[in-house]
Amino acid sequence: MASLRDIRKRIGSVKSTQQITKAMKMVAASKLKKAQDNVVAARPYAGKMSEVLASLALRTDPKKHPLLQRREERNVELLVITSDRGLCGAFNTGVIKAADQFLAENHDRYENIYLSVFGRKARDYYRRRNREFKSAYLNPGEILFSDAERVAGEIIDRYVEKATDAVYIAYTRFRSAISHEVEIKRLLPVEPQELKPDEVAVEYIYEPSEDALLADILPRYIYTELFSMMLESIASEHGARMTAMDSATSNAVEMVGKLTLLYNRARQAAITTELMEIVSGAEALN
Amino acid sequence: METDKIKLEVVTPYRQVVDEVVDEVIAPGEEGQFGILPGHTPFLAKVRIGDLIYRKGNQMFHVAVTNGYSEVGYHHVIAMLDAAELPQEIDVERAERALKRAEERLTALSPEDKAFFEERTALERALNRIYIARIR
Repeated sequence: MASLRDIRKRIGSVKSTQQITKAMKMVAASKLKKAQDNVVAARPYAGKMSEVLASLALRTDPKKHPLLQRREERNVELLVITSDRGLCGAFNTGVIKAADQFLAENHDRYENIYLSVFGRKARDYYRRRNREFKSAYLNPGEILFSDAERVAGEIIDRYVEKATDAVYIAYTRFRSAISHEVEIKRLLPVEPQELKPDEVAVEYIYEPSEDALLADILPRYIYTELFSMMLESIASEHGARMTAMDSATSNAVEMVGKLTLLYNRARQAAITTELMEIVSGAEALN
Repeated sequence: METDKIKLEVVTPYRQVVDEVVDEVIAPGEEGQFGILPGHTPFLAKVRIGDLIYRKGNQMFHVAVTNGYSEVGYHHVIAMLDAAELPQEIDVERAERALKRAEERLTALSPEDKAFFEERTALERALNRIYIARIR
């Protein structure tokens, strides 16, 4: 049986772990709030962009613009979005698992599946498995629109040069602080939103011309899409971390309770033994 | 909604800047400034760096805008922009620093350089911000 001193040490260590996890939970909660606000704040812009794009795409020939063209999917690119930091439960594992599944299932369908990673966790995971990347980025934890622009820009370049025929993104969709799900979504070619049956496409006056506008709006639309996915992923990360740290904290509390019980029991046993020794010693003297 | 009004929304990837019911909107289009009154025919235009003005009654309001698009319907105007600020939000000192930096870099560049265009845009943005902050 563990000595009293060992148990006391153990309790101390669990308690300090608990303090850390509790602090991390608080930090994650406040970051989650901010990340969630960012997700919400980006929605009107993204929504409007996709509406405008849908109405533009309806009235132009998809063959006119490479980003709308569908070609036979032979070389595809998969971008995996994870976080840089761990201690967020199954958050990163979830995305990587989905990505692995995608790779395994589509292995025969495509000639090549190129991998790109956003976030240290995905990079390290695939690097250990000796996968090559088209590009690898770190996830700074705070995303600017220009970050999405840079990443999407490179993806678009490869697509336009026909190095890839389609681009998929594996990321975590944010529903609420406690609910998020991994999703694989196609980024390219762009599939404009269909109009709802009761909607009529608006005839616009364009300035400059339709084609020029479309060519200008399309890449921006893709930046916006990727930007929202990144924001959602980050909000999910903080949500996952908060949940993970919360359960770690309550596990620690439970453990301290159990250890304290064990400690008291051991202490009581020691006292009893000592008493017995004294009593039997006294008896021996009589 | 009243038929002689326009619902104006100004959105950027980071936030919604304006959400108001107004009487008139004047926006800096790429091919020149354009004014929108209620009942305007649907119109889709590129917007460039400049001063977006809207009128409520006989009061005018300004918004410093950068590149983007505006979608106009009979009774709404939606501006989707890279960035937009209300005059009271503009950090004039920061804009002045940006202006100085852009000026310095521009003198070192020739118009053929790739960075020239970017720096000129930065210069325009800074000038626009300073101008709009002073209107108030």
